Amino acid sequence: MAKIELKNLSKTFGSTDVIRSVDLTINAGELMVFVGPSGCGKSTLLRLICGLEDITSGALLFDGVSMNDKVPSERGIAMVFQSYALYPHMSVYKNMAFGLKLANFSNKEMEARVIEAAKMLQIDHLLDRLPKQLSGGQRQRVAIGRAIVRDPRVFLFDEPLSNLDASLRVDTRLEIAKLHHKMKNTTMVYVTHDQVEAMTLADRICVLRDGNIEQVGTPEELYSHPKSLFVAGFIGSPKMNFLTGDIAEKHQCHTLGIRPEHLVIDHNDGIWSGEVVHTENLGADFFLFLDLGIKDPLVVRLDGQQRIPLGTQVNVRPLEEHLHRFDNNGLPITSTANSETI
Amino acid sequence: MTNKTLRNNIAFYAIVVVIVLISVFPFYYAILTSFKTGTDLFKVNYFPSSFDFRNYIDILNNGKFIRSTLNSIFIASTTVVFALFLAVTASYALARVRFRGRGLLLMTILAVSMFPQIAVLAGLFELIRFIGIYNTPWAMILSYTIFTLPFTVWVLTTFMRDLPVEIEEAAIVDGATPWVIITQIFMPLLWPALVTTGLLAFIGAWNEFLFALTFTASETMRTVPVAIAMLSGSSQYETPWGLIMAASVLVTVPLVILVLIFQRKIVSGLTAGGVKG
Amino acid sequence: MFKKHTLTNSPTSSLQQQKQRAAFWFLAPMLLVLLCVAAWPLLRSIYFSFTDTSLTDLYGGEWVGFKNYLSWRTLSSGRTIYSGTLVDPAWWNAVWNTVKFAVVSVTLETIIGLMVALVLNAEFKGRGLVRAAILIPWAIPTIVSAKMWAWMFNDQFGIINDMLLTVGLIDHKIAWTANLDTAMLSVLIVDIWKTTPFMALLCLAGLQMIPRDMYESAKIDGIHPVKVFFQVTLPLVKPALMVAVIFRTLDALRMFDLVYVLTPNSTATKTMSIISRENLIEFDKFAYGSAQSTLLFAIIAVCVALYIWLGKLDLNGDKS
Repeated sequence: MAKIELKNLSKTFGSTDVIRSVDLTINAGELMVFVGPSGCGKSTLLRLICGLEDITSGALLFDGVSMNDKVPSERGIAMVFQSYALYPHMSVYKNMAFGLKLANFSNKEMEARVIEAAKMLQIDHLLDRLPKQLSGGQRQRVAIGRAIVRDPRVFLFDEPLSNLDASLRVDTRLEIAKLHHKMKNTTMVYVTHDQVEAMTLADRICVLRDGNIEQVGTPEELYSHPKSLFVAGFIGSPKMNFLTGDIAEKHQCHTLGIRPEHLVIDHNDGIWSGEVVHTENLGADFFLFLDLGIKDPLVVRLDGQQRIPLGTQVNVRPLEEHLHRFDNNGLPITSTANSETI
Repeated sequence: MTNKTLRNNIAFYAIVVVIVLISVFPFYYAILTSFKTGTDLFKVNYFPSSFDFRNYIDILNNGKFIRSTLNSIFIASTTVVFALFLAVTASYALARVRFRGRGLLLMTILAVSMFPQIAVLAGLFELIRFIGIYNTPWAMILSYTIFTLPFTVWVLTTFMRDLPVEIEEAAIVDGATPWVIITQIFMPLLWPALVTTGLLAFIGAWNEFLFALTFTASETMRTVPVAIAMLSGSSQYETPWGLIMAASVLVTVPLVILVLIFQRKIVSGLTAGGVKG
Repeated sequence: MFKKHTLTNSPTSSLQQQKQRAAFWFLAPMLLVLLCVAAWPLLRSIYFSFTDTSLTDLYGGEWVGFKNYLSWRTLSSGRTIYSGTLVDPAWWNAVWNTVKFAVVSVTLETIIGLMVALVLNAEFKGRGLVRAAILIPWAIPTIVSAKMWAWMFNDQFGIINDMLLTVGLIDHKIAWTANLDTAMLSVLIVDIWKTTPFMALLCLAGLQMIPRDMYESAKIDGIHPVKVFFQVTLPLVKPALMVAVIFRTLDALRMFDLVYVLTPNSTATKTMSIISRENLIEFDKFAYGSAQSTLLFAIIAVCVALYIWLGKLDLNGDKS
């Protein structure tokens, strides 16, 4: 159980600032996801918490105790790497026991812990195999198992699913979610570039951009109340529609955001009308791309099977309570001025 | 068209045959000669004519030759073990730890391996006399370090640089110190590289001539190359070609077999040492 | 504790410190050994070259300045007599021999090596066997190959003379290694035979890094193979080739063992290494030999410096 505090944390490589004065508190027992585009500093931040990178300035505290000077093994952490990073010459058992052996655990204790973790992950029949004899998913489990046996206060994941194929990724995601429910006392930090992974796993999400924190909040908060244009665009799939120009000005903002799922076809009251230029049928969802005469087509999400031929003229109406208004700095306009806009 | 491709094919294989013939013929001829004695020796034959093992029996009964072989084995193995021992830890530091002056240090090490050995001969001679190991195997072991150590450090550094970073980081998180990482993680992963590097260094030490010639005085202390170079017949004017060829074949066959077994690895070792720079 | 870290800008954490401390202890023994067996003897050799030390009395030498390199005195008759290595015709003969040997051998080895590599880069049956075959000359100890070739070059019973006589290229037996005109040729032949495989394998490694589809697209475009070689292949293998060439050149400049065994005492082939050692050990001109070995070292050092300066060779460990 550890509360992680990052105070004014910075990291520079040479002359580039990778992390710029980050302040963040990760509550004990929660699963925090760092998400952001590549190069945003999310992995570096994780490695600072892990201790694999040195902190340029600022403080890192676990339960109020400074970790700046502690090597990774003294921090009570465990990490699951993107490439699994299993020791290729050691059996699964030895891979999982290596850390315990270095920490001078007795053979009995070591065996008990490894077998318990292996049973939990259903890899107890693989203990004598070498990593190269395992499938990708099994390797990932061993990597997780190796972390579990250490009984860490803090569990770190560095894009653990990116090497798995799509179907396995969903299964393993579920597996990690289950793990989080089982290990209630362990704080987890999870790095990903995939916002779907972030939304499905996180208790709270921290969106990073250029070494700064854009927003921290629950998935629901980020989805409903993005605190910047960047977050609004990053969270949600397909992306939120952004409208500028005349349409936005009518709503007294620089950029108007509306998610595809918050648009409805309304031939009478539809305030925006456009020609269908493209459709995507995903089975459960149906996406309509409307040309409103602005740069990007407006994406509308409809339910189930639809048949709307290209070239049809369609009127749509945004759900007013789901409109997001941003000023020219990309910051949300907070006054609840819905009535004015109509 | 087919005529032309046929002609091209024949020309191509002709080149291949010439390459193989030129490569192999001198060694083949040495083997041929080693089975000849007496006046047979002075008749030029292109194909085996007689199989006389007398040269081999003579050279193996010659205690000095056996002694030289043992000297060479002892010197080359000790040098290699010593160099590898120092090089493994040093190459970890050079490949995996960032510190100021690393590039310069690597370059200096490479420069030492390219040293003209004659440039240190006088100083080494003094040093060896001073320590009192002149005319002992230790003189060679000490002096061979000058080329085996930089070579092994350089090659192992390039190999070690290629090992995945995440495995090292996983070990760090597991609480492994640099020493544990080297001995328990990297060494088992690098053993093919270690074998290759060791073999190349062994061949280098086995073949060395200048130091071995200079730092030995008595026949019993000679290494194989010196012994072969100095092999003389009953009289000063008669060169015992049959004997020399038998000795040459005896010391070369194991090397050739080793090289052929480790063919691919040797090429990668040479490339690592020479090209990757 | 907390205050300390918010205030100080400590650039390295304990992990980096631990690694760097370990790195120091890992490097120290190797550096110490290299200092003992390379740096110290080198400095002593250079020192000896400025003294009149002799082999029998290593500690009795006195400082004589540049006498071993160049000195002069004017006789009462007004004539000036120069002495020292720099006016020693034997030394300059060795310098030219070495340079001649290095230039010719490295050039031919590179060209032939590249040709062999091109052959080996083609797909054909038995390629593995051929590659194994060309490794044989490389695997044979230099001394052994010198003896083997000395026997083949033998003037009376050598197979080379026999072959050439049979074919009719020569009309009398030639003493290849003893003859001043052919001694250098013999040395070159043996060296090229022995070292070309090394060059070929390095070139082959370079060639195999070139993607196959590059050749295929050239073939589809109908570009002549010779043009492909000069405009695609050669520029791509050049970096690898250049490193191999410098290594071989440095190796050729210090040539000793082959000449010592194949053409002993022939003035046509004496190299700088040979003549230095002769003076150092055999002629009891220890200090004079040291001066010559120091000169050789200086020549090689200048070559390397020039190469690095011209080629901006990236020998740095960091890829950044």
